Amino acid sequence: MAWTKNVLRVNLEAGTCTTEPLNMQWAHDYLGQRGLATKYLVSEIDPKIDPFSPANKLIFVTGPLTGTMAATGGRYSVVTKGPLTGAIACSNSGGYFGAELKFAGWDMVIFEGASPKPVYLLITDEKAELVDAAHLWGRTVWETEETIKLQHQDPQIRVAAIGRAGENRVLYAAIVNDLHRAAGRSGVGAVMGSKNLKAVAVRGTRTDAYHLADPEGFFAATEAGKKVLAANGVTGQGLPTYGTQVLMNVINELGALPTRNHREVQFEGAHDISGEAMHEKRPTDGKANLVTNGACFGCTIACGRISRMDPGHFSVKDKPQYHGASGGVEYEAAWALGAANGVNDLEALTYANFLCNEDGFDPITFGATVGAAMELYELGVLTEQEVGFKLPFGSTEALVKLAEMTAKGEGFGKVMGLGSKRLCTKYGHPELSMTVKGQEFPAYDGRALQGMGLAYATSNRGACHLRGYMVSPEVLGIPVKMEPQDTEGKPAMLKAFQDLTAVVDSAGICLFTTFAWGLTDIQPQLQAACEGDWSEERLLQVGERIWNLERQFNLAAGLTAKDDNLPSRLMKEPAQTGPQKGAVSKLDIMLPEYYQVRGWTKEGVPTAETRTRLGV
Amino acid sequence: MKITLKLFASLAVHLPVEARSRHRMDLEVEAGTTVAAVIQRQGIPPGQCAIVLVDGAWLAAADQATRVLAEGEVLAIWPPVAGG
Repeated sequence: MAWTKNVLRVNLEAGTCTTEPLNMQWAHDYLGQRGLATKYLVSEIDPKIDPFSPANKLIFVTGPLTGTMAATGGRYSVVTKGPLTGAIACSNSGGYFGAELKFAGWDMVIFEGASPKPVYLLITDEKAELVDAAHLWGRTVWETEETIKLQHQDPQIRVAAIGRAGENRVLYAAIVNDLHRAAGRSGVGAVMGSKNLKAVAVRGTRTDAYHLADPEGFFAATEAGKKVLAANGVTGQGLPTYGTQVLMNVINELGALPTRNHREVQFEGAHDISGEAMHEKRPTDGKANLVTNGACFGCTIACGRISRMDPGHFSVKDKPQYHGASGGVEYEAAWALGAANGVNDLEALTYANFLCNEDGFDPITFGATVGAAMELYELGVLTEQEVGFKLPFGSTEALVKLAEMTAKGEGFGKVMGLGSKRLCTKYGHPELSMTVKGQEFPAYDGRALQGMGLAYATSNRGACHLRGYMVSPEVLGIPVKMEPQDTEGKPAMLKAFQDLTAVVDSAGICLFTTFAWGLTDIQPQLQAACEGDWSEERLLQVGERIWNLERQFNLAAGLTAKDDNLPSRLMKEPAQTGPQKGAVSKLDIMLPEYYQVRGWTKEGVPTAETRTRLGV
Repeated sequence: MKITLKLFASLAVHLPVEARSRHRMDLEVEAGTTVAAVIQRQGIPPGQCAIVLVDGAWLAAADQATRVLAEGEVLAIWPPVAGG
């Protein structure tokens, strides 16, 4: 019974907070976090609503392993209808906020309606109240967290907040907790802003918030899991030392690093912005960008990057507030802010990343949108007059200015806040937006890695690497090696990855455990934590059920098989260099087979038989 | 003949000091030299060679002893790493 079995429902319009019991049937069918909140959302909103309508709901949710001694058991998710995509949005974050929410006694918080004035939710164990946030509106995430802690004289309050990007409804605004961990993708922060909800502040001190079904068994299972993580080369050594950023050179050597808005697949400056470069002493001040690694609640991997900028760098030399250590670039951010727009200045990327954390916006979509804007500029479609400055590929100064303007919602930053799909459409070149379902690609080229292309096309929240990480078999050889250009067996492998990922995302643990853990390592932990029978077979069916539920929501929202697509650049413009030279996506070969292994019709609709089998 | 050897992450210590910051060096090897021979020559523990690419193409551990390097090829090696 690792659930608290309590749901907090907050009506922002009426200003009320009410408690209701968790629907345990749904918990048994959807486990928790991603799956469970999706079930609530799908059951409570019309899929066709405007994401910014008060009728949309915003759910903060934990999993059964959140706040337990399971390694990485600190995750929470935010689920809503996303404004960037019009599809289901589910963004997952680490840090300490999720565990604190659990310690306060809540599995999830459902926000409905919109507040007539800015407010934040203050949760202190069983007590929950909406507090006036007029003094916080217009403030950054960092200022908001500091103010709330000071106001309540409690440094141990955990805060998840939006910055000015969320207030301004930047379509890829994030919700940031613990200063630099974020529910980053799909614009969940913009939905929060549309509800006049500035922050959720939690202090949890309960020791009776949840009860493990088998405490002794749980201790043994989690200890065994931690030993597996420690002994594994990736989770025991690679990720703690180099973080995800170590992939920069790997992916570049492989010819799969999207560069300058996906015009190229290798970046000549990759080494300069890599995980290795973060360890190198700068010639300017003799110090390395990387200060240390960092861990989220309960994490025994500690892949987080804590960086300190060169105080003499042009972007911060007169801004001492950025001279301290803070959240550094992870691989996706370094790629999007760097390679995607041709910038190889690690310090500038770190600054832009600080701004993304400070004002709450997704560095992947932001960086990719910079790349699209730079291509429009180089084509002469966007002008210096319109932007306010020159915007060629590789311009560090332009990257820095655009990050500042997007954070503040100033000038051309307002257009940047729309994301690349709307930006490129506005200027008559929708084909230059490197997106699926309106969401920008992360850091792997869908031509160079065929399985990742299929993963992007079929992801329920738009282009995303965290819904089915085919990089594992295609690059890392985990669990088996698959050649990047092969298509055989990839639809089935992707389905397995997607279903397993849905389980992990619903359990309350981090996906990175799966570099070392298989379901055989996760299952005993869930079995000992939760009441009932949680066999591997059942867990995989839960994952498949979640995937199909998300799909059903998207179809009901108006998306179709035509949205399971890739930009024409990836389908028609071959990779120009490197080992994948000549490659275009073979999506047309893989997609029909994918629908088939999913038990969907040729139109990508779950068949009646599939729906019945899964109970969706 | 000349090849290029790239050693990343913690494997950079197996490069000469002056080559470590760029993680690469040019290497003079005899014709017929295999990937496994280069790994041995540089003193790299074979168990630490998790990702081995020759000109960007994956080389399985089982093939390292028989894969002969050609003039100008790039051998790149990483320890167990991953990202996301």
